Amino acid sequence: MKKYIDQGKKDTRSGYGAGMTELGRTNPKVVALCADLVGSLKIQEFIDENPERFFQVGIAEANMMGIAAGLTIGGYIPFTGTFANFSTGRVYDQIRQSIAYSGKNVKICASHAGITLGEDGATHQILEDIGLMKMLPGMTVINTCDFNQTKAATIAIAEHEGPVYLRFGRPKVPNFTAVDQNFEIGKAILLNEGTDVTIVATGHLVWESLIAAENLENQGISAEVINIHTIKPLDAEAIIKSVKKTGAIVTAEEHNYLGGLGESVARTLTTNYPVPQEFIATQDTFGESGTPDQLMEKYGLNNKAIEKAVLEVLTRKA
Amino acid sequence: MSDLKGLQDLVSQIRRDIVRMVHKVNSGHPGGSLGCTEFMVALYYEIMELKEGFDMDGRDEDIFFLSNGHISPLYYSILARRGYFPVEELQTFRLLNTRLQGHPATHEGLPGVRIASGSLGQGMSVAVGAALAKKLNKDPHLVFSLHGDGELQEGQNWEAMMYAAGNNVDNLIATIDHNGQQIDGATSDVLPLGDLHKKFEAFGWDTLHISNGNDLQEVIEGLKEAKTRTGKGKPVCIIMDTVMGNGVDFMMHTHAWHGKAPNDEQLEIALSQNIETLGDY
Repeated sequence: MKKYIDQGKKDTRSGYGAGMTELGRTNPKVVALCADLVGSLKIQEFIDENPERFFQVGIAEANMMGIAAGLTIGGYIPFTGTFANFSTGRVYDQIRQSIAYSGKNVKICASHAGITLGEDGATHQILEDIGLMKMLPGMTVINTCDFNQTKAATIAIAEHEGPVYLRFGRPKVPNFTAVDQNFEIGKAILLNEGTDVTIVATGHLVWESLIAAENLENQGISAEVINIHTIKPLDAEAIIKSVKKTGAIVTAEEHNYLGGLGESVARTLTTNYPVPQEFIATQDTFGESGTPDQLMEKYGLNNKAIEKAVLEVLTRKA
Repeated sequence: MSDLKGLQDLVSQIRRDIVRMVHKVNSGHPGGSLGCTEFMVALYYEIMELKEGFDMDGRDEDIFFLSNGHISPLYYSILARRGYFPVEELQTFRLLNTRLQGHPATHEGLPGVRIASGSLGQGMSVAVGAALAKKLNKDPHLVFSLHGDGELQEGQNWEAMMYAAGNNVDNLIATIDHNGQQIDGATSDVLPLGDLHKKFEAFGWDTLHISNGNDLQEVIEGLKEAKTRTGKGKPVCIIMDTVMGNGVDFMMHTHAWHGKAPNDEQLEIALSQNIETLGDY
């Protein structure tokens, strides 16, 4: 199988910061807002270089979403930054009315998504945000897998007209996608070709899926690995094409199985080409304190869990 | 149009529009609409510098945000009368496939509206954002907004107030429709607002008072005074005392008509108290 090289562990949120730095230099319409988490969102360089285009709103996320909506009126492209929990659940109605329903060109950029936020525990670990955001009409939902992809996505969404939810994380994880990749919203990336099973993964689970595929290969199982960075709009064509070949699928995400990528894939397949599916996701539960690795192990979100799910789904293949 | 008589005629006509609109679909919010009619006429005909036509960005003109979106009958009437869309379209208010949704929206592309409102408490933040955009664009025009007093029970307003004062958003004039009423009764009974003037001042706003928000002359003078206070480092607030349901005697001084339409007989009484001046739609 194709080998992917970890170019050195980096956090995806730093990819956001790097993307913002570049946008600050290339797109004068891009403005950044932050709710008292500049250090966590890694946007200090953008602020240093473009102080007039940065708005520190303090610990007031609802106001941040409204101000962002207002800034679009006048032609700006606001990027809001805070943790995923405070970017979505805390301000759902503000996003719904002032941004989504109003069709405003706001980029909601959310760090520390999922359980890998770690030690701070369940109050801060949102596992429902993909569901919340994908249910909003017109909202694009993106969950990136590494530093390079996050940087590329940050830059790409500035060119997309309309509201976007960009989800990334806290921990340092393998950085394995191409440095200067072209990020295409809504376009799945085929990482590894296979014939026995399709693994569709998003976010931090993409690297884990590649490791799982390698381990499965040693057992004589050929797994196709697809990176779905855009959960909405979903690249249905790529997924259907793959399962027509493999006949079975495992979806993998750092999110509740309710409302996540897995459900979007299941809906797509049920109405087009039903095949057995297993879900790697949290099982309708809150998280808890622990290190990211411990939590991914406990909640069944690592390569071992994916491998097990593949073996399970293969037993269900017709 | 700048003669007071002409503006009074407009007020009368808009009141007719409001009660006819809500009567036709037996729904909508006449009380707050009637209470703010003088304010909106003053704003759109005397105070704001407006371009011809409508574009979303509102560059090089004053712009307005309605935060208490439920007074949409008034908003739609003033926008139509001011030429943003045909007056005849008022008859589609709240009907299936209309651009005149129950609460204002941009979704159907109605000219004049720049943000959806109705879920309360969000408009001040949006107005602050638009005011910041004007500053970035070096556009000297102003941002106006209107908020219900009951609406200030939503905490997001206080976030926006703190931000606007802390960041010298001095190209914003936010007006509070201080009618003392909300759906469940008097604000003093539902959740007392306290001294709004002192609260805005304490948050760092330059705050004015219009003691009779249903006196057209006083509203115009108050708004003109507010304009002179802009550009001096502070956001400007107008606490405007109004009577909910003003101009229709049986709707006045009560919360009963906050969100209730008149029946046929009541409509006739309401219309008899407000003469047709510019022609009904």
